[in-house]
Amino acid sequence: MLEFEDIQHILLTRTPALTGRYEFLSFRSPAGARAWLSGIRETVRSAADVRASVDQDKRWVTVAFTWNGLRALGVPEASLATFPEEFKQGMVCRAEMLGDTGANHPDNWVGGLASPDLHAIVILFARNAEEHKRCLSAHQELLAQCDGVEVLSSLDLEATPPFDYAHDHFGYRDRLSQPVIEGSGEEPTPGSGAPLKAGEFILGYPDEDGPPANLPQPGVLSRNGSYMAYRRLEEHVGAFRDFLRQHGETPEEQELVAAKLMGRWRSGAPLTLAPDKDDPELGTDPQRNNDFNYKGMDPHGYAVPLGSHIRRMNPRDTAANMNRRRMIRRGATYGPALAEGTPEDGVERGIAAFVICASLIRQFEFAQNVWINDPNFHELGNERDPIIGTQDGTFEFKIPRRPIRKKITGLPAFTTVRGGAYFFLPGLKALRYLTTLGSEGEAGLKVAESRSLQAEGSAKS
Amino acid sequence: MTATAKPAPSKPTASKPVDWTKPAAMAIPKEGFFRLEQGRYGPIFPKTPACYGFTIIAKIKAGREQVIREYGNKIEKTIAELPDALAVLKLHYLRWVLFDIGKDTYFMYQGIFDTDFDKYTEDAVALFTKYGINTVFENLEGFPEDWKTNTPAFIKFVREHQRPSFLEYGEYPYVSADEIKKALKLKAAFSDMLDQMQ
Repeated sequence: MLEFEDIQHILLTRTPALTGRYEFLSFRSPAGARAWLSGIRETVRSAADVRASVDQDKRWVTVAFTWNGLRALGVPEASLATFPEEFKQGMVCRAEMLGDTGANHPDNWVGGLASPDLHAIVILFARNAEEHKRCLSAHQELLAQCDGVEVLSSLDLEATPPFDYAHDHFGYRDRLSQPVIEGSGEEPTPGSGAPLKAGEFILGYPDEDGPPANLPQPGVLSRNGSYMAYRRLEEHVGAFRDFLRQHGETPEEQELVAAKLMGRWRSGAPLTLAPDKDDPELGTDPQRNNDFNYKGMDPHGYAVPLGSHIRRMNPRDTAANMNRRRMIRRGATYGPALAEGTPEDGVERGIAAFVICASLIRQFEFAQNVWINDPNFHELGNERDPIIGTQDGTFEFKIPRRPIRKKITGLPAFTTVRGGAYFFLPGLKALRYLTTLGSEGEAGLKVAESRSLQAEGSAKS
Repeated sequence: MTATAKPAPSKPTASKPVDWTKPAAMAIPKEGFFRLEQGRYGPIFPKTPACYGFTIIAKIKAGREQVIREYGNKIEKTIAELPDALAVLKLHYLRWVLFDIGKDTYFMYQGIFDTDFDKYTEDAVALFTKYGINTVFENLEGFPEDWKTNTPAFIKFVREHQRPSFLEYGEYPYVSADEIKKALKLKAAFSDMLDQMQ
């Protein structure tokens, strides 16, 4: 049985947010950090709470920490040592293996995300701009009360129009294929596979291989927690549209090129089920839009190219150990939309996303290292993921078709990594435990807690 | 690490096309790689004209020689019944050897395959778990007892006992097992077609 009341909501629920903000924090004093956590903790809702009140709620808050952040909070060294090596090292140290080289290198990241001083993230998802503003000012008030807690940087989120469905700046419909967790109460849509053991995503539960093992200690810290890989990916919308125009003479041909890169039409309709012509109705139908495989339906990639984004990120029946590689994705778009027909304006826009999994090395890093960036994935020889792979103009993209395939050489980069980090997402009891570490500053803690409760009271009115 | 001017990307790209018609040899520095490049579990060993691979050498536990030899029969039987059992490992060849140094017996496990070292080992652990077979490694000294639930410890053992090659050669360099199988299928299809035209 999943302990819904102890699991941060982001793991199990999607919220109807249209705006939001990520704030990246640095702790200069353990007592100040714990005072801040005591304050913010009261705004962090469990999956149980959010499920019960999502229709009335106006904002949803998530808190997570880097390994350096746990140390800055005062987590003892013996406990810090029990965390997995890749989390301890952090995303910056793992950059080369992740493919974060060249323009994607941490040296080029923004917002202080490559700094060891990055300690925590607060994720705010808000229903509207007014609530966004109110929460921002409430958080500033809390920060002003806590010594030594600094905002390294922040990122405002904006949904891109049209607002009636989730999609990125390139126009691809999103949230079409997500794993379902056993015991979550959700039913997988056709083609999504059986629900997966909770331990694949939530610490403390059996995973697809059996009982959990080697969890961070003490148990209260890791139970109902998880890991989040954060990726801020700039989307080069102008370059993407130029590419489509370059490789398609008519709007229909351009749409097909876009679909081949992704494996789905921008409407969401999968090419396996709609190989020649878009079918927007199929794209919106969850009972049909994920109901396909590759080995039986498209072994050679005539519909979905072998190197397309969705075939790499979820090879379905063409990869081994799939159940050990699945990930939960959350996140949002940021930056202003670039209206169709408008030339590139140089303003940064993109996706700021989280990959949530129980093992960063086995799930997120595997996907990044093998599925996304291995040039020889599916024996392709010289390709990387055309949407999010590390592209430097030397890779190609092959579109199988009869009688002769089409090969696009010198694929440009449509995205650039502008920042990233590994976070630990504690359960609610673990958040409370973290506030009780150490003895210094206990008084300050209580003050902050009572003030924050007042703020919370006014927020609900 | 020994400095070397020899460029050798760990994953050849089309910007450096490989020519399978031209046999190639590669001398490898003592460390096992040309440039320290971190993979998920440690340094990446380069792809050579003989593809990816490893040579693991470890001392066996006293009295386990026969158990290890019997394991050879077990693998033979598994593959006869389930020819695709090891497909995920993308293997070309495996060679298992037992040999003595003084009074001790050592086990050498050589594999040539097409996925990188970390992926091979991770997939192998998953495979052993899936088929419920006790790995032959359990008969080796120092092998972690909790390997089934501790993949990083398994991989650490393998890495600690890996002896990198200092020379590898390929008569048809860099060609994957899948490519070879495709070529043989094509040959068989052509041969069949020619027979049909008689």
